[in-house]
Amino acid sequence: MADTEKIIEIQVLRYRPEQDKEPVLQSYKVPFTDDMSVLQGLQYIKDYLDGTVSFRWSCRMAICGSCGMMIDGKPKLSCKTFLREYYPAGLRVEALAHFPIERDLMISVEDFVTKLESIKPYIIPKEPRTLEQGEYLQTPQQRDMYEQFSSCINCMLCYSACPQYGLNKEFIGPAILALLHRYNADSRDGGQAERLNSLGHTDEGFWGCTAVTYCSEVCPKGVDPANAINQNKMNSAINYFTRFVAPGGADK
Amino acid sequence: MSNRRPYVRPMDNWWMRDPFFVRYMAREFTAVFVAAYAVVLLFGLVRLSQGEAAFNGWLQYLKTPWMLVFHVIVLATFIYHTWSWFSIMPKTMPIMFVGGKRVQPGTITGTGIAAAVVACLAVLVIVKGMHP
Repeated sequence: MADTEKIIEIQVLRYRPEQDKEPVLQSYKVPFTDDMSVLQGLQYIKDYLDGTVSFRWSCRMAICGSCGMMIDGKPKLSCKTFLREYYPAGLRVEALAHFPIERDLMISVEDFVTKLESIKPYIIPKEPRTLEQGEYLQTPQQRDMYEQFSSCINCMLCYSACPQYGLNKEFIGPAILALLHRYNADSRDGGQAERLNSLGHTDEGFWGCTAVTYCSEVCPKGVDPANAINQNKMNSAINYFTRFVAPGGADK
Repeated sequence: MSNRRPYVRPMDNWWMRDPFFVRYMAREFTAVFVAAYAVVLLFGLVRLSQGEAAFNGWLQYLKTPWMLVFHVIVLATFIYHTWSWFSIMPKTMPIMFVGGKRVQPGTITGTGIAAAVVACLAVLVIVKGMHP
């Protein structure tokens, strides 16, 4: 009961640093069935048509965050997007926007990883506890304050949706600021001050965001980075105006 | 020696790449009309301080055809301004709970728009009350 085989045209933005001065589109005709993802289409190309096409992937089920790419100009996970949606017109796949292209559909993640480390994406305990003292308890409501922001898979789609990041590479960007908020909003965490003063409250932090909100639109995990960032602006503004009078202030 | 040669793509005309960005730019652009209308009202305040004749002159000027066209344009942009900003209001609010349930984005946007409508109606009623 195999589907009748259909053929779809996939245009791939190629960039081979050793031979291409700039990226060029290359077209492939790929036979597909209705259950095939765009990632499977690319795997078909690599296995049967052109072994030189490079792209990243791992889990095939929207949890590893490796296979993000621009599909007809929109940032999407290629494992979670189906070829049938683009039939018969065909589709164009490109490396994630706003990142330097390393080769073909692979981007350079250096900037993202460096920034991710800078926000200390782990719980900094409020006070040291011994095993005898037991676990850190949390109410369901306390958990709700950060849970959605903890669903980030570091796929970087939101960076490709963020013109502010595209225009200014100093901006920390949606996913990492959402993770900064994820740890700050955790009742077990005590690292708020160090994350906010050097990063969150700066021009490169929350204030680099102009509420385009496309990041939240493209997020495959419902993280809503725009909310994580913008709900901090009020406190950040209060911090700015009170730091001179508050004991300790912002320079703590 | 590394053969790496990462290619950085240009950002020219970025806001025309996606309808989402066009709507964003439209939302930001409405602020120009808000500022322009604030100048019109400030000018009226200045004329008021110069006496009744000056203020009535300003009122007459507002009734000229070009100023009426200007008002229609400003009204349209203000409606879009109100709608688009209240649409993103849920993004700017901390997570809230009412009666143990999380307040939904649609409720926040709806409340904002309802407040704007009520405020407009209140102003109309007050003005109507002053000019029966």
